[in-house]
Amino acid sequence: MDSHVVLLLVAFFALVLLPAPWLGRFYYRVMEGERTWLSPLLQPVERFSYRFAGVDAQQEQDWKSYTLALLAFNFAGLVLLFAILMLQGVLPLNPQNMPGLEWTLALNTAVSFVTNTNWQAYSGEASLSYFSQMVGLGVQNFVSAATGLAVLVALCRGISRRSSQTLGNFWVDLTRGTLYGLLPLCIGLALFLVWQGVPQTFSHYLDALTLQGGEQSLPLGPAASQIAIKQLGTNGGGFFGLNSAHPFENPTVWSNLFEMASILLIPAALVFTFGHYVKDLRQSRAILACMLILLVLGVGVTLYSELQPNPALAGLNIEQSGSLEGKESRFGIGASALWAVATTAASSGSVNAMHDSFSALGGLVPMFNMMVGEVIFGGVGAGLYGMLLFVLIAVFLCGLMVGRTPEYLGKKLEAREVRLLVLTLLVMPLGVLVLGALTAAMPFANASVSNPGAHGLSQILYNYTSGTANNGSGFGGFSSNTPYHNLMIALAMLLGRFGYILPVLAIAGSLAAKRRVPVGQNSFPTHGPLFVSLLTITILLVGGLTFLPVLALGPVAEHLSLLGH
Amino acid sequence: MNSYLRPAVSLIALMTVLTGVAYPLAITGVAQLAFNDQANGSLIHDNQGHLRGSSLIAQPFDGAQWFQSRPSAGSFATVSSGASNLAPSNPALRERIAGDSEKLAVAGQGAVPMALVTTSGSGLDPDLPVAAAQYQISRIAAARNIDGAALQRLIEQNTQRPLIGPEVVNVLALNLALAEQPQ
Repeated sequence: MDSHVVLLLVAFFALVLLPAPWLGRFYYRVMEGERTWLSPLLQPVERFSYRFAGVDAQQEQDWKSYTLALLAFNFAGLVLLFAILMLQGVLPLNPQNMPGLEWTLALNTAVSFVTNTNWQAYSGEASLSYFSQMVGLGVQNFVSAATGLAVLVALCRGISRRSSQTLGNFWVDLTRGTLYGLLPLCIGLALFLVWQGVPQTFSHYLDALTLQGGEQSLPLGPAASQIAIKQLGTNGGGFFGLNSAHPFENPTVWSNLFEMASILLIPAALVFTFGHYVKDLRQSRAILACMLILLVLGVGVTLYSELQPNPALAGLNIEQSGSLEGKESRFGIGASALWAVATTAASSGSVNAMHDSFSALGGLVPMFNMMVGEVIFGGVGAGLYGMLLFVLIAVFLCGLMVGRTPEYLGKKLEAREVRLLVLTLLVMPLGVLVLGALTAAMPFANASVSNPGAHGLSQILYNYTSGTANNGSGFGGFSSNTPYHNLMIALAMLLGRFGYILPVLAIAGSLAAKRRVPVGQNSFPTHGPLFVSLLTITILLVGGLTFLPVLALGPVAEHLSLLGH
Repeated sequence: MNSYLRPAVSLIALMTVLTGVAYPLAITGVAQLAFNDQANGSLIHDNQGHLRGSSLIAQPFDGAQWFQSRPSAGSFATVSSGASNLAPSNPALRERIAGDSEKLAVAGQGAVPMALVTTSGSGLDPDLPVAAAQYQISRIAAARNIDGAALQRLIEQNTQRPLIGPEVVNVLALNLALAEQPQ
């Protein structure tokens, strides 16, 4: 491995992990309304928001009101974004005169951004106005991430409070998450990206005369501000169609490093936020260890696999090295492989290389990361609440093995919670296997497949997994902009988002109401190496095993057929 | 119901103004002042002031006397650009690479570098790995009737060596420098 790849790996892990303890504590203080160094600046804005919205910040909500508030807010956002996308032709800031989107595409895109998926069935520079990008998509980039954060802190409160009927106030959590949690980091990253070469202008596209006298239209726009939140909010919807592979979206190895670290920065910090809620940072370290094991494993497999020569190209008069098909020269194989794993470990879905052209196993890892529900750091908020569900399942399974009522941090897990947990386990199989199989069975639907053989199945599999897991990356050869896929993937995205959020909030409400039983000698410790191993195995078995048969038919079959060359 | 509707509508409106209008405007203001060149697309103008492209966006180069960019699946279209998305197992990939490598191969120079026969992710990759630029030296030297050492020097002058990334050379910068060479 080249020395620059080693340095990149070191820099990446340092940027993700070193700020996490500090940033995690900051998020805890912000979400609990404590004063921070940003308060003098942001508190007036925060107070104005509550007054303007008619919200009493002191009044807490029970889990049902919290859920209804969340749904109302998401629905209002969906309607607004859908309207903007349909009407962009008559709205301002449209120098290229883009017409409104076709309705299934508008609906797919609106659902995609409200659910923090940011699946791109459109190409930004060819079909969206600057208004749609910044006022439409940009806003959902912020508030969908803040929604995930709100659900997570509601669950943290549910676990840490005793005999409480309430989980906090959704309006307050949303406002604080956006103002303190996302906006300041975005300002920093956006300016860094402009410095590196990302455009930030309202100019129309410019016509250049190339060196050889050809015509070239240079697409521009207020890109940096949007790309910053796209990375930090684990959104992933690119300003440009080819996302962070596009040189205007990700011009240098340095912009690449910071964009990549930004994917996991907040999710890693939130693991510590959880530790502050439950007043036990050992829990954070155990969860973080499990996440790191899975992340490092994934990076190892993908990197190794991408560096191998493609057997199908053997015998040609070309350098027999890892393939650069779909990868950028300035990133090379190392940074492309690392990004692919990071973006699917989290629910980001931004890409700096085309996953469709990855080696079979290099493409399997991103798929697997999404199938287990993106709990390896995961999306802002969404990753950790997904991981905590696995923690509860692991605790439940341990309880079964030793024949005791399972308990987590002094909260007994009873029939109601376990039923809700099982419900969340059904979400990924339903979206991937049921909707995917339906699609594979219909000739007009699988006409969208662009690669022959086993890889064709992988394309359907990857894209329906990406939708359900709210990731948004894709095997891009697949023609997803058809009415069928627009509506079907929109359904998968809604299922994947709210199929988790509703049970999570119900579990949070039910845990909050419980008394805390003293943690005694017989309690199963949920920190330390034993629990980390059990948790890791639970994720691999409970999360991954469901998909083993279909993975065997897709990427594994492709890998074996390549080896046979 | 009103207890949910009013906060939902007012907060989405407020967040739109804050994160959808104020934030990008503020970033644009600072960016235009502090990083004017980059914020406007890293543009390249010629001596007459005509816009000739962006240093970040690849241009197609035809003819033996120029350094060629990596092939582009979208034929260097910019609105919007494209990737091949060919799977490693797709026979079309092998077919394309076999054809291209035959055209590009230079006798006695060994295997064709991977970057010259693979399309990039963006379709607009502005760079080449150094070896892929060097592979083109003998062809260009013959076409222009100049010394290969001069071309090697040009490549070295334009090579970027970032700490955490591969060594690459910007093709447009290289060809601009080449255009100024005495014939």
